[in-house]
Parts: sequence; C-alpha cells; structure tokens
Amino acid sequence: MQLPSSQDIIDDLAFFDDWEQRYQYIIDLGKALPGLPEEARTADRLVKGCQSQVWLVSRSQNGRLQFDVDSDAIIVQGLLALVLAAYNDKTPRQILDFDIDQYFEALDLERHITPTRGNGLRAIVAKINGLARNAVH
Amino acid sequence: MSLDVTALRQQFPILKTQIDGKPLIYLDNAATTQKPQAVIDALVEFYTTCNANVHRGSHHLSDEATRRYEKARTTVARFINANVNEEVIWTSGTTESLNIVAHGLAQKLQSGDEVIITEMEHHANLVTWQQACIKSGASLVVIPISEDGELDLAKFKAALNNRTKLVAFPHVSNALGTINPIKEMTAMAKAAGALVSVDGAQGIAHGGVDVQAIGCDFYSFSGHKLFGPTGIGCLWGRKDVLEDWPIWQTGGEMIADVEYQQTTFGTLPFRLEAGTPNISGAIGMAAAIDWFMGLDQHAIQTHEKALLTRANELAADMQGLRLIGTAKNKVGIMSFLLDGAHPADIGFILDRQGIAIRTGDNCAQPLMKRLNIPGTARASFSIYNTIEEVEAFFRALKKAQTMLA
Ligand SMILES: Cc1ncc(COP(=O)(O)O)c(C=O)c1O
Repeated sequence: MQLPSSQDIIDDLAFFDDWEQRYQYIIDLGKALPGLPEEARTADRLVKGCQSQVWLVSRSQNGRLQFDVDSDAIIVQGLLALVLAAYNDKTPRQILDFDIDQYFEALDLERHITPTRGNGLRAIVAKINGLARNAVH
Repeated sequence: MSLDVTALRQQFPILKTQIDGKPLIYLDNAATTQKPQAVIDALVEFYTTCNANVHRGSHHLSDEATRRYEKARTTVARFINANVNEEVIWTSGTTESLNIVAHGLAQKLQSGDEVIITEMEHHANLVTWQQACIKSGASLVVIPISEDGELDLAKFKAALNNRTKLVAFPHVSNALGTINPIKEMTAMAKAAGALVSVDGAQGIAHGGVDVQAIGCDFYSFSGHKLFGPTGIGCLWGRKDVLEDWPIWQTGGEMIADVEYQQTTFGTLPFRLEAGTPNISGAIGMAAAIDWFMGLDQHAIQTHEKALLTRANELAADMQGLRLIGTAKNKVGIMSFLLDGAHPADIGFILDRQGIAIRTGDNCAQPLMKRLNIPGTARASFSIYNTIEEVEAFFRALKKAQTMLA
C-alpha cells in the first residue's frame, strides 16, 4: 500500500467533523496497512503494550529507513499507519527532526501518544528514534 | 425501599464530568471506585483542622490526630467484625497486606511444604506466594477453574493435605466476577491444618464481610475499592497468628526498646506498622466505611443485582459477544470479548463516547492463558451506576461493533 504523506493525513482528518468519521478513517488505514506474516511476529520484534501488542521490523535502504509494523488491535494499527506516514522511507536525520508530538496534536490525537496510554505507540516511536540515532552515529 | 440512585450520584462530584462533551459513564469500578463528598471532606477536614503525627503526642493536635486515627481502626474492625482492634493492621493496600503475609510465610516454609492458590488469581495474589515458594523451596499448587469461571471444589479438597501450609484465594475474582464459597473453602483448608488468606480486594465493596464467620486467618483489602482514598488498606489477621508473625518493615513506631545491637519489637498492631502511617488515608477510609454503612444495604444489593441482570439480558441479545466468567454466583463484573474486535479497540471507541472500561489482561496473565484469550474488555458496575448507563454502554458497544466490522 502507498501510505499517504503525513500532510495528506493532517488534511484528511481535518476534513471530518465528527469523531466517528475520524476513527473510521483510522480503522480503514489500519486495515489497509499490510501487517507482518505470522513468522515475522517474533518476540524480539515485539513492543509490549499493556493492552495491545505491536511488532516492528526495520531495514535500511539507500540511506533511508524502512519499517513494517503490525498490531493485534486495529485502531493501534491505524495509529501506526499515521506514525509510519511520518517516518517510513525517511533518512535518519529527517526522522530525528520530525516533531511527532506536534503531528499528533495537529491530528487532534495527542491523547493516544501520551506515555500513560499502554498501547505501545510511544514505545514504537522511541524505538524508531533509537534506530535513527544509531544510524546517524 | 428502592435505592434513590439520583440522590446517591449527587454525592459523587466526579460523576458530573463530561468527556468530549459526553457525560462520563464510569464502568471501571473494579479498578477503583469513585469517592463521595463525605470522604473528600474528611480528608480536607483532617488537614485543615488536626494534622499532626500520631502516637508521638506531646501536644493537643497530636492527641487529636491519634484519637481520630485509632477511631478509624475501630471503624474498620467493626465493619469486618474483627475480635479486637489490634487485629487490624494499616497497610498501603491489598498488595502490601498480601506481601506482609507472604514475606512472613516464606520464613516459615520449608522444601516439601505446599501453598495452594487458584487459577483465578490477580497477580497480587499469585506473584507474592510464588516468590515465597521460590525462596523457601516449597511448591505452589494451582487449583483449576471450570469454563464458567467457578473453582473446582472437589479438586480443591483433594489438593489439601498435611503438607499444605497456606491456602490463598480471592473472595471475588476481579477478572471473572465469581464469588467464591469462601466459608466452605476455609473450613476445608482449616480441617487440613492450613492457614487461610483471603484476597478481599473485590469482596469488600459488596458488604457483609464478617472475618470471624469466614473463619480465615488473614483477610486483605484496599480502601480505594471501597469508596475510600488510594494508598490505604488493611490486613486483618487473627490475633494469635499476627502476634508472632515475622515482622515486615523495621523502623520507628514498631519498636519497644532499641539498643545499638538489638531491638525489642512492639506489640500488635504497631509491630507490623513501621514509620509514620497514612493518617489521612486511614481517616478517609473510615469515612468511606461510615458513609457506606449509612446506606440501606438491602437496597444497594438489590440495585447491584438489577444492574448485572440488565447487563446480562443485553449481553444475551448481542450477537458476537462472548462473556468471560459466567459463574452462578457473581458480582457486577462483566468481562467479555466481541468477535473480530480486539479489547483495546473496544476500549478506544467506548472512551470516545465517554465510557470508561478496563481492557487488557486484568492483572491476571496466567488466567488469560488458561482461558486461551489475550485479554478481555471489562465493565464493572458500582452502586452509583444506573440502568440507563448500562443500556448506554451496550448502545456504545454496538457502535464499536459496527465500526470495527
Ligand atoms: C482481586 C484483586 N486482588 C488484589 C488487588 C490489588 O489491590 P491493590 O492494587 O489495591 O493493592 C486487586 C486490584 O485490582 C484485585 O482486584
């Protein structure tokens, strides 16, 4: 699937005026995002959330980082699609420079990325940033 | 007389909260209950009028604080029908209470001894005993439950023997809502000569706990699940057992005589209460009990039953909904799964509609594994919930089902 850009997503979500449409959009994004095959959902790739689980696979291609993710919860998968729209196929520098909190605020979804939410999203963001930092050094 | 729920709700300021413009529907009562104004007032009043440290009284305020703090102990003792006040030990909550028992037990256990628990434990009533067994070389024996979430009493009885040193079980399961036959189980365990520790975290809020009638040795509970503050709870233990139970923490308040190389410890209840206690918490917890006991107990029990009955009716009508925990004898805790919907997704969509439920493993990972499920969504009802809220919850659930389909 071709992910929309982070700006496209901000524009799309701004267009909806009720929460149901917004959540439906996120659910649909989650459904469209290809997950990981069973055998790729290994323990070392698992980012444990308290309520849902998230797996992350990364590789580097031509100086850009590529990510594949999966979650057992569809809304988390949709939120991950939003995260990947910002981070996927970007250089480590671009990743480190991106303000994810501001992005989620612009999406009016900041509550989902607060550290207190046990959905694994924050942990994924930290992991991606860690990978980017390693790549820069 | 039936319960005037509208008037009851007026006493809980937080229930007026709006979430995203929708009235809060609080259905996470098994995690913690909300606090009535009477409890909030008691906390404010304590700090406003008589804050001082207790049992160090050389002045008026300290005497007054000590008087109220010890009166709170009496309130708890009466509430659970303890024999004497010294049997009530203040703790930070159920978890600390269970740790006091497990820590002491670990010193008494030897390899070959057995500790019995059940498949329906909260981690607090599992990891504690597990670690005591690991330290001492004793074995942990786990009694199975049925698919409905009822304990297998025949297996329980069969597991008891002269190596059984302690039996631990929950009064009520936080994940399944099952009310266990604790008197019967205690009698069986006592006949085998074992100590009995009841995890009362979920049992206490439903009233009518009588530790003498139960016949157990320990009963642990938290204030916050009983309309009281967080950070306060109790360990009730039989006096003859607690009197020489291994000390828990050491420090001030729990001593009689201190020299550099040795200490004589104090007597009950202080020997198990080191340091400055949670004074306001104890007073707040007593205020919660006084408030609770001021309610018509029969009316609130009828109301709680009505909420669960209505929820069960609506659950039976809902396609794709599977209840987790269908014991005959249950409190208003409803764990469930929806076909094709992850509990976390259900939680997200309910939250957006102002409805607070719990999702996840319910602090009972081995139980989830035993039931072969990743976790559940859980709605838990309290006395201030209304039938309308239960109905709104199911409407919201249907919306979640449609959106996630
Ligand atoms: C059955 C059960 N046991 C123990 C506990 C632990 O209680 P606390 O966290 O108040 O110490 C809980 C709380 O959820 C519980 O439900």
